[in-house]
Amino acid sequence: MSLSLQQVKRVAWLARIEISEAEAEAAQGHLNDIFRLIEQMQSVDTEGVAPMAHGQDVVQRLREDKVTESDQHALYQSIAPQVENGLYLVPKVIE
Amino acid sequence: MLNSSLKQLSTQLAQRKISSVELAQFYLDRIARLNPALNAFVTVDSVKTLEQARAADAQIAAGKAQPLTGIPVAHKDIFCAKGWLTTCGSKMLANFVSPYDAHVVERLNAAGAVILGKTNMDEFAMGSSTETCFWGPVRNPWDRARVPGGSSGGSAAAVTARMAPVAIGTDTGGSIRQPAAFSGISGIKPTYGVVSRYGMIAFASSLDQGGPMAKSAEDLALMLNVIAGFDARDSTSLERPAEDYTRKLAAPVTADRGKPLAGLRIGVPKEYFGEGLGSDVAAAVEAALAQMEQLGAKRVAISLPNSGLSVPAYYVIAPAEASSNLSRFDGVRYGYRAADYSDLPDMYRKSRAQGFGAEVKRRILIGTYVLSHGYYDAYYLKAQKIRRLIAQDFAEGFKQCDLIVGPTAPSVAFGLGANASDPVQMYLNDIYTVSANLAGLPAMSIPCGFGEANMPVGLHVTGNYFAEADMLRAAHQYQLATDWHLRQPAGVE
Repeated sequence: MSLSLQQVKRVAWLARIEISEAEAEAAQGHLNDIFRLIEQMQSVDTEGVAPMAHGQDVVQRLREDKVTESDQHALYQSIAPQVENGLYLVPKVIE
Repeated sequence: MLNSSLKQLSTQLAQRKISSVELAQFYLDRIARLNPALNAFVTVDSVKTLEQARAADAQIAAGKAQPLTGIPVAHKDIFCAKGWLTTCGSKMLANFVSPYDAHVVERLNAAGAVILGKTNMDEFAMGSSTETCFWGPVRNPWDRARVPGGSSGGSAAAVTARMAPVAIGTDTGGSIRQPAAFSGISGIKPTYGVVSRYGMIAFASSLDQGGPMAKSAEDLALMLNVIAGFDARDSTSLERPAEDYTRKLAAPVTADRGKPLAGLRIGVPKEYFGEGLGSDVAAAVEAALAQMEQLGAKRVAISLPNSGLSVPAYYVIAPAEASSNLSRFDGVRYGYRAADYSDLPDMYRKSRAQGFGAEVKRRILIGTYVLSHGYYDAYYLKAQKIRRLIAQDFAEGFKQCDLIVGPTAPSVAFGLGANASDPVQMYLNDIYTVSANLAGLPAMSIPCGFGEANMPVGLHVTGNYFAEADMLRAAHQYQLATDWHLRQPAGVE
């Protein structure tokens, strides 16, 4: 398989990354090289093989539903690009 | 002092032959002298470092010293350290001063270790050469025209050039072991889940694991004793009793003289010695295998039939997880925000386009594509199934042997820029290292000789789950019989 320029632009849109025409063309070549490498996966039959996400047989740990963190919003917001009255500022979303 | 082990430094500190402040200053002076040419450190803050060193000296004076009290440690810039710039090698986080400590940093601080500085790395740990960093490439102390390996190339170069006695790195597909091999030092990636990922900026969460990089296996064991252990803040952290990783370093008392590795079966996978392996690397690895046999180990031929599929599967799983993890960088709560934008989606798109470098964007695009509607089964699920096959290969292999030994990388360190325009060629550097990440197994690299242009060669040792102490013993015994790990490059005296 091979990605068209249109598909590259669509994926960049999904990933929320602005991409110029020139960048999309450069990315297309590299991505198709990488997908040729990835295609080698198809050479093995994996019928009936269970997918593996973790080396150990572990299950998600659960904890009691109680507050464990202290309020540090002033510290955490001190590194934000734009903050006002304890709120993160972004461009207007609803007109 | 330059070649002193952590144990020797600790003894000198305990006997008050040197203070922690003097030791920190000694390394800060070396950084000031050597770093401009090597670019291994991206942040040094002598005020903070010396303050920690003074506190360590007070602990020592009060008789409260632990094994690492007063020892300076270089941290890969992927670890959040409170009050320290933590950039992950990216413009996206170029102004990010961490408001909290990673678990690893917390542990080292509590053990009395001193933060010497933050080391350079491939952007978001995506690379095998430490060339994709926003702060410019790191140079290999053995030959400044070559790369140190990556992504923990700054940590590797820091230890190699003796700008730090020891460092911390992270390994998603070989990022501790390959730079250790290229730089002539030792490094270990523990069993997945042994070292907490809390505060370690995420790349591919099911593969990422932190670990030490040092001059010797003995130093690695001492470091692991501090950084390993359960942490509830990492949902994949394993609850296990604390382990002393130094406990097996010495040869068993029953061992014959000169045969400290008697009874150890080392498996040599035939797939690791085929096409693509440099003859210089093969020769050094063969010599190391012969040395281990001389020390009493028994060589067993094994097969890992699916190992050729590890790189293709890795380059689906790692980018898929990365595309999800890196969606948090949106220019809202921290990090880079573009100066001009029209609306919120435009702010996301421009901030991410300007904040991420080319390799990071490439991997986000691959990951986004393989997870997108209609492709999940063909790529991500298929890769997760191959991951199972690879783990099963190892399980079969470990029925016949205790450790699996081979080369860490197909070649010695390559030249700066040599693979920069060909991502696939760069990815193939990880061919012997990614399998351990996919299976979640512990793996390490130790120096075993020199290849082309007198560049270091690494020996790769993979163990079964939780076999770190056995791997460290084999490596330590090998290092007692050889001196590859003590060699250091010219020009860094």
